[in-house]
Amino acid sequence: MDDFYRELIVEHYKNPAYKGTLDPNDFTYEDENPLCGDHIRVDLRVDDNNMITEAVFSGHGCAISQASADLLMESIIGKPLEEVKNMTKETVLELLGIELGPVRLKCALLSLKVLKAGLYGIGNIEEELLEI
Amino acid sequence: MNLDINKIKTDFPILNREVRPGTRLVYLDSTATAQKPSIVIDSMKQYYELNNANIHRGIHQLAEEATAMYELARQKIARFIHARSTKEIVFTRNATESINLVAQTWGRKFLQAGDLIILTEMEHHSNLVPWQMLAEEKNLVLDFISVNEKGELDLTTYDRLLEKNPKLVAFTHMSNVLGTINPAKEMIQKAHGAGTLVLIDGAQSVPHFSVDVTDLDADFYVFSAHKMVGPTGIGVLYGKEKLLAEMPPFLGGGDMIKKVQLRSFKANDLPHKFEAGTPAIAEAIGFGKAIDYLSSLGMENIADHEKKITQYALQKLQYVDNLKVFCPNVTERGGVISFELDFVHPHDVAQVLDHYGIAVRAGHHCAMPLHEKFGLPATSRASFYLYNDYEDVDLLVIGLQQVNEMFA
Repeated sequence: MDDFYRELIVEHYKNPAYKGTLDPNDFTYEDENPLCGDHIRVDLRVDDNNMITEAVFSGHGCAISQASADLLMESIIGKPLEEVKNMTKETVLELLGIELGPVRLKCALLSLKVLKAGLYGIGNIEEELLEI
Repeated sequence: MNLDINKIKTDFPILNREVRPGTRLVYLDSTATAQKPSIVIDSMKQYYELNNANIHRGIHQLAEEATAMYELARQKIARFIHARSTKEIVFTRNATESINLVAQTWGRKFLQAGDLIILTEMEHHSNLVPWQMLAEEKNLVLDFISVNEKGELDLTTYDRLLEKNPKLVAFTHMSNVLGTINPAKEMIQKAHGAGTLVLIDGAQSVPHFSVDVTDLDADFYVFSAHKMVGPTGIGVLYGKEKLLAEMPPFLGGGDMIKKVQLRSFKANDLPHKFEAGTPAIAEAIGFGKAIDYLSSLGMENIADHEKKITQYALQKLQYVDNLKVFCPNVTERGGVISFELDFVHPHDVAQVLDHYGIAVRAGHHCAMPLHEKFGLPATSRASFYLYNDYEDVDLLVIGLQQVNEMFA
């Protein structure tokens, strides 16, 4: 259990640092995981060089989806928008520091899916992310 | 008669496995699928080792044995649910396919634009979507018996809906989320009084208590083997012979025909008319053994046992902080309890319980409209069967307390 719900995850779930909404924002997008009803919205602000200056998420979901969203927001602040394009399943798993089965992987990747789909169009983001 | 649960547990090899080293399996997800006793598993292995052949037209010894075994399974099923004849027992892949079969054959032939089908708000997706698909195709009207706060069907809305001259009423005998056992006999009588046919989804009832389709006077009754300690991949459509005879075939192919010419065919007799292609032969044999197993224990004894375990669980769960049972006061209920823990997502509940070897289900349990009605995105669900005992419930309670400790 310590492996799975590392203190880090429960901590980010209980006390997320990047939970909220931005108004006005430069970018907002939301989506859900119909399997479990998880819902995530991401709001971003960027500067003139398309550098992410602020990033927050809102919505509801399990500890894995919420913690990974919080960690993801933390990690993209100060980075160019362009860099989000290169983020993969591994990026999120590294942030979480755990191994996940196929069902929970969807929870973990929901925030990245929202972010990428919002920035680059819907396409096959999920399939792409879940590819091995 | 009390069931000997310790003995029963040894009949199911999987219940002896450890989920992880040192953690025994506590299986509380039988509503999704039940575990299988050795006699079911062995019968299928034995069939492949000794009797495997295609059925019905073969003249050789193996083909005759295989055919006899397949048809014996049908007889066992007919007796088990008190059908009048084996002609009324159609093998399908599962309850879902059985419902689709009725929608695509009876529904397509006999329903017309504007016709009304009555369903309920507590249906599994398998008793919603096939009718939605047919309604879209044929411009039918769907209406729903509502579920009240207690978690039971509101029979006054049912009476009102019956006045609108519906062509079919389709409802679940037992809810897979709330555990509610619906008053099927009374509802069928009312429907017949209004000149309406009835289809019952028995996926959760046939495994757990004695069902008599003749006494119920059901027109169609569907269920799956895998929820009643049988194999996956096989299910049943029971239909009154007169109705099945009037229905066109479902899938076309071998075995469902009497005679084929290049441009035409003549359909086979019942029930083979609805069984195109090589069926799940080993699974039918395993299904027959599952029925032998349940019958040897007695469906009344199984139902009694589940009632006791469920009452015990409902009582014990009251002592878990932050826990709310979804419709705890349902009067007639089977061994299904859905619940939520404040502040903890059902996925997290299930994941932490899994750490202790406890298998529960988390999600909407294929009943999204019901969850929506009660304003819940998802719930956790523990379900009980003949191999669960009081200790399993105690372990669930301890596991839930651990969840609380971790997240509270």
